[in-house]
Amino acid sequence: MTSAVAILPSQQLAALNEAYRKAVARKRLRLALGALVFLAALMLAAFGAEVNLKTFFTYLGNFVSYFDRILKLDDGSRVWTNFGEWFWGWKKWLKLLGETVLISYVGTITGAALAFLLNFFAAENTSPMPWLRFVVRRLLEFARTVPGIVFALIFVIAFGLGPMAGVLAIAIHSTGALGKLFSEIVENADMKPVEGVRSTGASWVSCMRFAVLPQVVAGYASYALLRFEINVREASVMGFVGAGGIGQELVVAIRKFYYSDVSAILVTIIITVFIIDIGTGWLRSRLFGKEART
Amino acid sequence: MNQVPAPDPAQLRARYPQVFDRPASARLATPLVALLAFAIFVFGLVDLDFSPTRFLNGLHQLGWITLLMLPPDPGSSLPLYLKALGETLSIALLGTTLAALAALPVSLFAARNIVPEIIRFPVRRFLDSIRGVDTLIWALVWINVVGLGPFAGVLAIAVSDFGAFGKLFSEAIEGADQKQVEGIRASGGSALHEIRFGLMPQVLPVIAGQVLYFIESNTRSATIIGIVGAGGIGLQLAEQIRVLEWQKVSFLILMILMAVAAIDWISSKLRFAIIGRRAIA
Repeated sequence: MTSAVAILPSQQLAALNEAYRKAVARKRLRLALGALVFLAALMLAAFGAEVNLKTFFTYLGNFVSYFDRILKLDDGSRVWTNFGEWFWGWKKWLKLLGETVLISYVGTITGAALAFLLNFFAAENTSPMPWLRFVVRRLLEFARTVPGIVFALIFVIAFGLGPMAGVLAIAIHSTGALGKLFSEIVENADMKPVEGVRSTGASWVSCMRFAVLPQVVAGYASYALLRFEINVREASVMGFVGAGGIGQELVVAIRKFYYSDVSAILVTIIITVFIIDIGTGWLRSRLFGKEART
Repeated sequence: MNQVPAPDPAQLRARYPQVFDRPASARLATPLVALLAFAIFVFGLVDLDFSPTRFLNGLHQLGWITLLMLPPDPGSSLPLYLKALGETLSIALLGTTLAALAALPVSLFAARNIVPEIIRFPVRRFLDSIRGVDTLIWALVWINVVGLGPFAGVLAIAVSDFGAFGKLFSEAIEGADQKQVEGIRASGGSALHEIRFGLMPQVLPVIAGQVLYFIESNTRSATIIGIVGAGGIGLQLAEQIRVLEWQKVSFLILMILMAVAAIDWISSKLRFAIIGRRAIA
């Protein structure tokens, strides 16, 4: 089989080549300028963050040896040679881990309930009044942008030390995050059922209950489960500011250089997060089919 | 006027057994799960020392705190706060860049279409365990290593994002079209050529979008790592909360909100420019 490749006359070819070169050159120039601006920003940032490469390289060895040290017991042997000694405080830690998971569970449920109440007002297609929508949206934005641990710091002062402050902080932060996601699901919902229900003379509440809710409830549950996963991680550090959970033990171990305790607590946290991840992933695939797992 | 004939219930029952005669297990499943979830919730409230009086007292306190916060006022420390905010933004930018640079080569080893499963699996688990540890914990670890200050914050953000980026990048690579890679191979390119000319042009825009999104979300993370002493505006915030200077606290929170909004705006503009409007939605 022969195939002919058309060869253009050289004049036409030269013109095309010229145009191609020009187009590529413009693109390259823009890329180079962008890279230059980015590099300048990086330099400025390095100056602002007091980055010192010399300290970094002197201390990089420390970072590696830190992991070497946290994997050693007091008598100098490796941690995995003596599990009983490594996890000496497992009863206390398991209890605190349970508390951590419970904090994130209660916080997620409370946050999801609040987000559920608010999200119909925040969605463009179901909000009864524009000003209400504006107010609710700003409220959710505030709850989402202020980091959970800042709420925790303030709540510890208002509600006293303990897991209650952590739960409330997680609940508020989850309300903000879930409220936005929930209202986005509602905005994507099909409006025809709503019109159908409204045409029978139903009130706004009935419209939401019988036309919107059946479409969106699976999405709500999926996002709430994802949020629970994230909140377990978040709850593990709430103890840093005195808001309950395993964080309290961890911060003491790190600050006081109880090396093997640090690694033991970290391992238990990582395993817990794994189990929760796998568990919620399994639950979501059971509830909503394979495609919802992403 | 035409009247719709009234349906005969018995006939409907006979015609749609899957609606009317569902087995008890299917009908009871949802209420039972809801009941169980609620029971755990109540158990949690009791176990975590919730009490109505404590809650109401706390709300009362919180109301006072909110009143004391108004109006936001930086006092005489505005320059200090602006410097701290600059530090926070620097931490976010540097940390994210470092993480992206480090994660790009590693993500190749976590992508199914580049390496065999026997390499991919341990790399993935390694990245997962890095992600399982919160940024604040990494900040504490780095403070032990390089000392207090923003540099520890940069490294903390870099390490925790490294885990996230590695996973996201490798997913972008797995989602890339294989035809272009095969084209390079057919014209005699080596494995490195395949990655450079077949894969990278496809995944770089996606990666750039993700990096920009992370710079945005890291501005938030960078505000909090100061709470444990890793520099930035969080350090000031935690200090002012501890000494109960509520007007300064509210000013700092406002500053953070405005900075995050500004970064949101800039990065969404940049993302539109890089990957186009359609790819965002």
